[in-house]
Amino acid sequence: MMLWACILLPHLALDGVLRRRPTEGPLVLVSGPANARTIVSANPAAREAGMRVGQKLAAAQALLAQFEAVPYDQAAVDRWHRFLAAVAYRYSAEVALFPHAIVLEVSKSMGLFGPWPRFERLLRADLTALGFAHRITAAPTPHAAYVLAGVGDGQAVLDDHTLRGALFHVPIQRARLPERASDALPSMGVRTLGQLMALPRDGLRRRFGAELLATLDRLTGDLPAGLEAYRPPDVFDLKIELTHEVENVASLIFPLRRMTGDLAAYLAGRDGGVQRFVLHLEHREHRVTDVVVGLLSPERDAGMLFELARGRLDPVQLTEPVLGMRLVARDLPAFVPGGTDLFDERPANALPFEQLRERLRARLGDDAVYQLGSTTDPRPERAQSPEGRTEGPDEVHPRPTWLLERPIPLRGPAPVILAGPERLETGWWDGAEVCRDYYVVRTSLGQQAWAFCPPDERNGWMIQGWFA
Amino acid sequence: MGAVVALSSLLDARQVWRGRAAPIPAGDQPTGWPELDAVLPSGGWPDASLSEVLSASDGTGELRLVLPTVKRLTGGKRPVVLIAPPYAPCVAGWRQAGVHMGRVQIVRTVEKDALWAAEQCLRSGSCAAVLLWPHHADDRALRRLQVAADTGRALGIVFRDRQHVEHASPAALRLEVEADPGQLWVRKCRGGAVPSHAVPFPALAH
Repeated sequence: MMLWACILLPHLALDGVLRRRPTEGPLVLVSGPANARTIVSANPAAREAGMRVGQKLAAAQALLAQFEAVPYDQAAVDRWHRFLAAVAYRYSAEVALFPHAIVLEVSKSMGLFGPWPRFERLLRADLTALGFAHRITAAPTPHAAYVLAGVGDGQAVLDDHTLRGALFHVPIQRARLPERASDALPSMGVRTLGQLMALPRDGLRRRFGAELLATLDRLTGDLPAGLEAYRPPDVFDLKIELTHEVENVASLIFPLRRMTGDLAAYLAGRDGGVQRFVLHLEHREHRVTDVVVGLLSPERDAGMLFELARGRLDPVQLTEPVLGMRLVARDLPAFVPGGTDLFDERPANALPFEQLRERLRARLGDDAVYQLGSTTDPRPERAQSPEGRTEGPDEVHPRPTWLLERPIPLRGPAPVILAGPERLETGWWDGAEVCRDYYVVRTSLGQQAWAFCPPDERNGWMIQGWFA
Repeated sequence: MGAVVALSSLLDARQVWRGRAAPIPAGDQPTGWPELDAVLPSGGWPDASLSEVLSASDGTGELRLVLPTVKRLTGGKRPVVLIAPPYAPCVAGWRQAGVHMGRVQIVRTVEKDALWAAEQCLRSGSCAAVLLWPHHADDRALRRLQVAADTGRALGIVFRDRQHVEHASPAALRLEVEADPGQLWVRKCRGGAVPSHAVPFPALAH
């Protein structure tokens, strides 16, 4: 049996705005023509001051002198709607968008996330963390869950037998029926879904057409739900407008934390990681400063993404004010969680080394953390490099532990020869020919050095390394 | 009553139990030099702590002292991190000492970020040991590293010039390498009396 969860988002537009500009003060969303702006949403402080949805902006201004009025942006609302669907995608492969709501099939994922009460808690925790008000219900059909969410929060109908009973008392106006039916039915004395479902179907078809019956059948599951499945996009693209012009990078940190948090939620939804993303800092006249955040391996931890992005953003010198910020991630490979070994030597709360390396790279530069391996070139200056192999046969002649980048002349008294010579005669093929006799020597200061001189000579000592 | 015994010598010899005796750092970190391990209270490096290696100049045995430990640790899972080493580690030489270079990570950084990087590595818990060559590390910086080493259960080894031996240090163990004659001095060891004699540390024979 299927079980569908419905997440109703009663304040989607407002929550989307508020998470960009957290405010305790009154704030309303307005829409409509310039001379007749109407309030479409109001936060608690605005409602307390007496503002109501549907009120004219002019009337609201008479109530309160100081409040924020933000234009309602349908495109932004749609973006948030799809973003939350991407987040829900983490919990189920079957996700669909309803007006102001998201439905997802959960019966198949309960094995992973636990029984419904626990599943519900997870969903609520996610939405609360992201800052979206919500109601959550569950029912055997998506439309029933959607209707129940319209009536109240938290109702869960887990099997078919109790579904009819749960729908029985739903008032007609809240049953999300075709408009003609929900207008006419109450005047006919039909006030609840239970009364409606008890009526003869033939009569309903004659009176309201097949559409009403189809709606009822979808509610009870007699007709397939016929949903258009949501698929998460392959590019993460999130843009925010700042409320004022920002002149220093420090003021971008709060929105950055939110954006990287959203990126992490999106990545968890598609079960992927991100290898590279770009922050576009938008200035006037479409000028943009790009900050590229590259990682060595795919990651998706919110804290880490924030820290790395911050590491790259901090040193940026702003030459002009920033009006908006956009985060675009196209490189979204599969994420392979680091394996945890039963016999792991690391402390329980250890940071994976990959994360530590990213943290170091973010501050010190991309090539700041490296390994050394040996090349096939026998010349000491070229015998090792970060690209070299870390495994291989051991050198039979003595080699020092420190290698000088460039040989330096040995000054002072002649050294005591401890071992050698070892002749290195090579490099004839690329013009950097080398012909030297290498020795292990002790200097007058008691240091052991790896030094060379021209073939068959024992002067003009050059130090190549230290046996430290 | 017999001979008068100076209190300080009793305390140094650890014959008197003191109420708040500093706990002996538990250790499972042999240095690989048996004669040195024998005189150290924890039988080796103090685990999850900072140790200092002091030497007069480069190339007097300071790496030789720690390479057996690096060899042992690179046999495990956690890497050994070198932060701003004064020269490039010679891969061939380190391999001859038995070190697995695949577990050695090197961090290139300027002086001012070296202490930050060392702290991050020590604290992370993902490094077996962090080797550091700071030029200017004051008492406060070393104390931070000591705390980080404790948090991340890592071995921190700081290489410094022997002139610093005069100054107090929060490190749990301080070793001074002497080139001629080749010997090691334990200058401080938490949880035990400082041995009065040097440990022989003969130069490498080729």
